[in-house]
Amino acid sequence: MMETVLVLAPLAAAAIAGLLQRYIGDKVAMSLTTAAVGLAAALSIYIFADLHWLGGEARTIPLFRFVDIAGFTSTWSVRIDALSSVMLVVVTSVSFLVHVYSWGYMAEDPHRARFFAYLSFFTFSMLALVTANDFLQLFFGWEGVGVASYLLIGFWYQKRSANDAAIKAFVVNRVGDFGFALGIMAAYYAYGSIEFDAVFKAAAANPGLIFQFGPVSGPAIEIICGLLFIGAMGKSAQFFLHVWLPDAMEGPTPVSALIHAATMVTAGVFMVCRCSSMFEMAPVVAGGVTLIGAVTAIFAATCGLAQNDIKRVIAYSTCSQLGYMFFAAGVGAYGAAMFHLFTHAFFKALLFLGAGSVIHGMHHEQDMRFMGGVRKAMPITWAMMLVGTLALIGFGLPLEQFKIGFAGFWSKDHIIESTFVAGESGRLFAQFAFVISLVAALLTSFYSWRLLFMTFEGRYRPNPDAHHDDHGAHGHDAKAHDDHGHDGHAAHDDHGHGKAHGHAPAPAGVAPAHESPWVMVAPLVVLAFGAVLAGAAFKDQFVGKKAAEFWGGTLALQNDPLAYPDKSHDAAKAAAPAEAHGPDAAHAAVATEPYAAAKPDEAHGAAAAHGEKGGHHDLPQWVIWAPFGVTLLGFLIALPIYFFSAGAGAAIAKATGPLHAFLFRKWYFDELYDAVFVKGARALGDVFWKVGDRRIIDGLGPNGVAAVARFSARQLRKVQSGYLYHYSFLMLAAAVAFGAYALWASGLVRIGQ
Amino acid sequence: MSGPMNAFGNDWPILTILTFLPAAGAVLLVAARWMAGAKDNPGLDRGARWLALAITLVTLAVSLVALGRFDASNPAFQLIERHAWIAGIEYHLGVDTLSLALIILTTALTPLCILASWHVDRQVSAYMALFLLLETMMIGVFCALDIVLFYVFFEGGLIPMFILIGVWGGANRVYAAFKFFLYTLLGSILMLVAIVWMATTAKTTSIPELMRFGFDPAVQTWLWLAFFASFAVKMPMWPVHTWLPDAHVEAPTAGSVVLAAILLKMGGYGFLRFSLPMFPDASAAFTPMVFALSVVAIVYASLVAFRQTDIKKLIAYSSVAHMGLVTLGIFAGNEEGIQGAIFLMISHGVVSGALFLCVGVIYDRMHTREIAFYGGLVNRMPVYAAIFLLFTMANVGLPGTSGFPGEILTMVGAFKVNAWAAAGATTGVILSAVYALTLYRKVALGPLENPKLAEIKDLDAREWVIFVPLVVATLALGFASTLATDFTRPAADQIVQAYQAAIAPVSAAK
Repeated sequence: MMETVLVLAPLAAAAIAGLLQRYIGDKVAMSLTTAAVGLAAALSIYIFADLHWLGGEARTIPLFRFVDIAGFTSTWSVRIDALSSVMLVVVTSVSFLVHVYSWGYMAEDPHRARFFAYLSFFTFSMLALVTANDFLQLFFGWEGVGVASYLLIGFWYQKRSANDAAIKAFVVNRVGDFGFALGIMAAYYAYGSIEFDAVFKAAAANPGLIFQFGPVSGPAIEIICGLLFIGAMGKSAQFFLHVWLPDAMEGPTPVSALIHAATMVTAGVFMVCRCSSMFEMAPVVAGGVTLIGAVTAIFAATCGLAQNDIKRVIAYSTCSQLGYMFFAAGVGAYGAAMFHLFTHAFFKALLFLGAGSVIHGMHHEQDMRFMGGVRKAMPITWAMMLVGTLALIGFGLPLEQFKIGFAGFWSKDHIIESTFVAGESGRLFAQFAFVISLVAALLTSFYSWRLLFMTFEGRYRPNPDAHHDDHGAHGHDAKAHDDHGHDGHAAHDDHGHGKAHGHAPAPAGVAPAHESPWVMVAPLVVLAFGAVLAGAAFKDQFVGKKAAEFWGGTLALQNDPLAYPDKSHDAAKAAAPAEAHGPDAAHAAVATEPYAAAKPDEAHGAAAAHGEKGGHHDLPQWVIWAPFGVTLLGFLIALPIYFFSAGAGAAIAKATGPLHAFLFRKWYFDELYDAVFVKGARALGDVFWKVGDRRIIDGLGPNGVAAVARFSARQLRKVQSGYLYHYSFLMLAAAVAFGAYALWASGLVRIGQ
Repeated sequence: MSGPMNAFGNDWPILTILTFLPAAGAVLLVAARWMAGAKDNPGLDRGARWLALAITLVTLAVSLVALGRFDASNPAFQLIERHAWIAGIEYHLGVDTLSLALIILTTALTPLCILASWHVDRQVSAYMALFLLLETMMIGVFCALDIVLFYVFFEGGLIPMFILIGVWGGANRVYAAFKFFLYTLLGSILMLVAIVWMATTAKTTSIPELMRFGFDPAVQTWLWLAFFASFAVKMPMWPVHTWLPDAHVEAPTAGSVVLAAILLKMGGYGFLRFSLPMFPDASAAFTPMVFALSVVAIVYASLVAFRQTDIKKLIAYSSVAHMGLVTLGIFAGNEEGIQGAIFLMISHGVVSGALFLCVGVIYDRMHTREIAFYGGLVNRMPVYAAIFLLFTMANVGLPGTSGFPGEILTMVGAFKVNAWAAAGATTGVILSAVYALTLYRKVALGPLENPKLAEIKDLDAREWVIFVPLVVATLALGFASTLATDFTRPAADQIVQAYQAAIAPVSAAK
């Protein structure tokens, strides 16, 4: 009951707020959705506590049959286990804070009831996704969050760029879903079920299954995991399918925080972790996951260096951090991937909401070149952004006896160390990922400080172009559009919280901004607690000595490079559902199926390499200190360019011309895809339509017949001149004639006898 | 045979009533017009509208009564009526869960079509009479258990459709009707030849008996091709699809709805009722060809849809793509594929019908279907925009709408037979999003720039009545697909088992 309410309350609130907004008014719609998600958050925390500390059992509550044909059976369920409980807490708590924050951020928007309805609908879809018990419900949630994302990116529907970004997000996600859907079909084809436990069990039981598709054949498990991972790449904006995420920043900033940072984009990581027992049996694909994750991490970080839009910097940062999660999963460190997902949700939501606070305070200015000097005007926001930045760059001291650091320190360093250990055993992609992880950490530190300095420090740099030229495009009603120049400010006055409105005089060099209202600041403070504490508080559970117990068999930890070997082996044996894909199964696979042999061997090598105690103790000191070093280096490079001198950044951008353009234009991916796919689809569509349909099919078919007919008798010309009755008559005549023939031929009627 | 043979010992010939009730209404309308001096007047027009609506609603009620008398756990044909007719041909009616599902789709959509035709102002009584006649023909197709009777309904339905397009259609109606005629005639003639041959060979025109007859595999090939010619045009499959966009564009709104929702389904119904059960060996042999044509249809029609400038044409091409999935599912020949195809036919009936009704709403107001004319409708018509979005998403196959289960099931079914064909078909997942969301953006989103749209009104009460049942059906079937699939399962299983049993020796021999 509780579990069902948890999932359905946001849906009910969304439906009421969406359908009845005219009758219940904005305030009621907003209160209702916020309360429903608040309830969901409270229940999630309770369920999490119950499951992990109060002795609650993992359980699945079936609700109704969604699809049921042959073995292709999906029962709508609420699956509560260790993995989903983590996601429940992340999704509902961030969603609740974003709802609260939006009371302030969207206060002036005429369509805020619709906004809250969409937010709650998104929350429902995400809950359906994480509590799925089979692939089809997972896919339902997957597409549901996609549609919510589409609606929210395009929330300001007056804006062409927002609408285009919404379509782009949906379509690129659909490219991923193409793979995902085929992955589901392939899994069903191979194992006769789409229910998670049944599929995992069958996969473990048939490790050597080979697919034969026409002339092509290959190991089933690799093909299935590869296809599923394409889906994850789309949803989590990984390299090749990342192009939608930066554009998604067209949506209101609370949306960016909730959907495009903390929750939806991590669904791909969640899916890979959910299927970790399968990915563990697919070493080639796992290598691919490592590679794609690493490339994404470095690619997005380089793009982040050159962006001027505050939200885009954070978006690329998200993309990059998702890359970290994937290559962690790729090397078998699923606990670390989930740990980073967990901590990242807090500090990235914090950064986005902080950026939103700045944008709100700066009257919708998003370009950091036209900021500066915001710290004095918005001190709380600045402090919170500083916390978020320290968490993102993973600041902390890895002292052996006294480890201390922000949330990101625990999770990111653990990923980096896991990758190092995995690389030690000779896995090339892991070695690559380790190097990348350090370089990307350097870049992360650099662009994070750049953001902080450009926005908050130095002197205010007003936009030389007319003030607020983007304000009207903000999507307020067409009527509001006309007189927005004053409208916006008047609305601010109504709030009565601003210190400096619009052009009101501000001290020299300080931005003409105001601190955001408490309803926006409070969520920042709550998230800041998470950004500081989430790592230290949960490290033992997610990746430490309690990990095996904590995950309770929901993650395949047997090959985790930094696992505590003894315990994880015991736990994997103890946990019943994990039995089939525990280490024993892997050994069986080695014996019977040479194909699956590569990885478990390596893993054992790795386990041996870091000895019985496990953990960090056998890592070289330089590996432990390297992240700290590169992070510090990033700070030291950013400091002179963006803190101590004005205009150095712009000068560097100018000096590095083509390189800067390459990064600023995101390696020209948009241009490439536009030229190949968008223009290609248009051209093909035109060819099929104008040549295929019109010239060939119609030309040889009906029109050709007509042309021939035009030369024939006058009578016939009349027939095609358009008297429909004639056609009907001809048709009937033909029918009668053939009917008569039929009677005669069947011997039922005799003529002339 | 004499006397009705009703499965429930009830003398009420319910299928006859169901089939001919609309036709009786049509006769009534013609008589009324004749009594009014063969001239239209506003009173007659109003009466004709209400009478047509009443008749279609009663027909819907009768179809539900039939459903009530029907034993859904029994895969056999039921509610049988069988009489000698002329020359060995029988008046033989009966339904299984497949045909009953399609009948209810028909009887449920027709009242909405009448409502959508409320503003037809030329020769209203004739229009309504033709529409009722069309309903009789459509129900008859699904009820007929005699192959000649089937043919009569199958072809007879085209005549009212021709006239509806020809008289109440758009500017280019003659060309469209001509094209429709040419394609259909070709297919029909070939099918009729095959029917005649079959009747003479098997010495029966009864469909259930023909199913059991077991035609020689060598002959099956030719019979299959002859039926295929007719059904492929009806579906329509690539490359005999070009009549559909023209017919849709020229047809009045309700005509488009019926065309997309019901008439196209006759092709799929034909494959399931005739091709698979009667010519299983040929069906198996031609499966690669059908798969190829289906995948081409999906990719090709989706890309063409992307480039359309006329809303109706775009939706028409999208129908071609969806019907590609239906043929794919049917010829997969397994439970997933066939159940998926049936579900998709029902869902497409609701969703494409609703989309054409959406076009009708703005066409009624602005008298143009040019995409470029519109833009920013959400500013003036928020309810319309929301409903249009729902059906757009259903058309794209979003889970939670009725568009999804059918799509995924047909693809799953195809995957089990040929993974490459399934992969090709799955590209439709991407392409449909491209054309459908682009259309939606151009029509509904953005600022309201065209001054002619400045006073456009949102849905009125009549339009609410039309859309609410369609919205409910789309969501209900989307969340609980089992509502439909449990019902159609007996018929689908019957088809699958018979088909698999028939082709098993062939498969084993390979």
